[in-house]
Amino acid sequence: MEPKVLTGEHFINGDIACAEGAIAAGCTFFGAYPITPATEVAERMSERLPDVCGIFIQMEDEIAAMTSILGAAWTGVKTMTATSGPGFSLMMETVGLAVVTETPCVVVNVQRGGPSTGLPTMGAQADMMQAKWGSHGDYEIIAIAPSSPQEMFDLTIEAFNLSEKYRVPVFIMSDEVVGHMSEKVLIPEAKEIKTVARIKPKGRKDQFKPYQPGENGVPPMPAIGDGYNVHVTGLTHDEQGYPVMSVDTQKDMMNRLLSKIRDNLDDIIRTEEYLLDDADIVIVSYGVSARTAFTAVDMARQMGIRVGLLRLITVWPFPEEMIRDLSKRVKGFVTVEINMGQISREVQRCAGANAPSYLVGHAGGTVITPDEVIHLIKEAF
Amino acid sequence: MTNTNEKNRQEIIVTGFGGQGIILAGRILGQAAALGDSKESTLVQSYGPESRGGACAAQVIISEDIIQYPYIKTPDLLVCMSQSAYDKYIDELKPDGILLTDQDLVKPAEDRDCFSIPATRMAEELGRKMMANIIMIGFTTAVAGVISVDAAKEAVTSSVPRGTEKMNLQAFTKGYEYGLSKLKGRAKKASGQTGVMA
Repeated sequence: MEPKVLTGEHFINGDIACAEGAIAAGCTFFGAYPITPATEVAERMSERLPDVCGIFIQMEDEIAAMTSILGAAWTGVKTMTATSGPGFSLMMETVGLAVVTETPCVVVNVQRGGPSTGLPTMGAQADMMQAKWGSHGDYEIIAIAPSSPQEMFDLTIEAFNLSEKYRVPVFIMSDEVVGHMSEKVLIPEAKEIKTVARIKPKGRKDQFKPYQPGENGVPPMPAIGDGYNVHVTGLTHDEQGYPVMSVDTQKDMMNRLLSKIRDNLDDIIRTEEYLLDDADIVIVSYGVSARTAFTAVDMARQMGIRVGLLRLITVWPFPEEMIRDLSKRVKGFVTVEINMGQISREVQRCAGANAPSYLVGHAGGTVITPDEVIHLIKEAF
Repeated sequence: MTNTNEKNRQEIIVTGFGGQGIILAGRILGQAAALGDSKESTLVQSYGPESRGGACAAQVIISEDIIQYPYIKTPDLLVCMSQSAYDKYIDELKPDGILLTDQDLVKPAEDRDCFSIPATRMAEELGRKMMANIIMIGFTTAVAGVISVDAAKEAVTSSVPRGTEKMNLQAFTKGYEYGLSKLKGRAKKASGQTGVMA
């Protein structure tokens, strides 16, 4: 039996680091269907969950995998699934159920080239918009993009913490390169790892309303079996959790689902800045592409071009205000991402007429090289 | 092209067929550098949907500094365990880069300087063909000096299946000693240098 937290230095890949982050965060239920390049997450969870008396289930497909983690979450435990594009598509209906029932859960997408079965063993970052809008209806979720195995560990813990705090599904939008890349990962001592658990209701059980907002607009969440009556439904519901088909109930429910994220952007959004203070040109990037961007910034600086990097650690909610502020003082933006234009459109939208926004994109199957970024910067500016 | 700001950076490609333990070989190099030698290292791999027989490559970057862009365009060190891998990557090797081959599996161009070892044959003689990659790691450790012997041995021990550690260390030592004797054979390397890249 291995301990819950494998304190020490390890040379492991991103998928395994993600699984270790989940275990360290207190995840005790993992339901998934194996898929390249996310299989190693499942493999590791199947080896490690017995160490912490957790449960691993290989479900019959990704629809069931996603549903299983919602059901398990309502028993009071922290849950996760891991998949790639085709499985992510199958999960989308239930993502909406997670949002509307405010069920904390973590969904890992180790992205590969799409559409459809696409490029199983080769990376892409083309599911970024799907993470935001893949299920029907309006909603807010949180999506995080790790750039290294170390971040696969650290940000998986962060994903659980945000999910528990805001009762929202949190997506870890990794990719094949970061998932399969091995690097040194430092796992701290257990006592140094900050974990958050959902707030449980207190007070009289006969007066309990499961969707009455508490702190930050988030309702306390009982586990099934705690003695508080809960009604968990995908239908529009009132504070009691009962279906109410009315314009006002819909409006109230939607307002709260959106505002619990939109009112807490400062707490949720994390970015990293590199040489941004005096930058004329801002590269916006995330995940593995941000590593290309760091190198491109160094190359540009050596050529005397003042380029800086805004790395999105949190991609959703999108740091709109930051881009808007930057757009007032820079010559323009260059978004580097392995798709044909997804986050670049968000940058363009936020920059508006203040500054032009360009894309260094790729159809998928490989990473973008720093030379391609430099080439565009020289052409465009 | 991308290593302008990264000092003491060594870029290594290990390549061959799926099933030869190419990725494990890359992993051992990366792990030895990261954990044993306390450097930064990054391993990325490319492989197809097949688990055996397809082309397979491990790219390892070892550096004193943080490694950002994780791919290699022009390696300093190329370890080839198949002819097709050699054909594919040889033109990318830096002009002064080092080529290491399995001498029974790769026939390099005649004018190409290289260090070769019959790794697969030696592994067969040891009773396990699948240890050719470990012999190759021993050979690489001796010839290129990108990782220390102690770090390499530790990485081998912790990477191979439990119960096979002794056998694999023996394979490592075979490759390592073969490498040292090759180096000795080269008069210009005779003055106490452990590796041509060290």
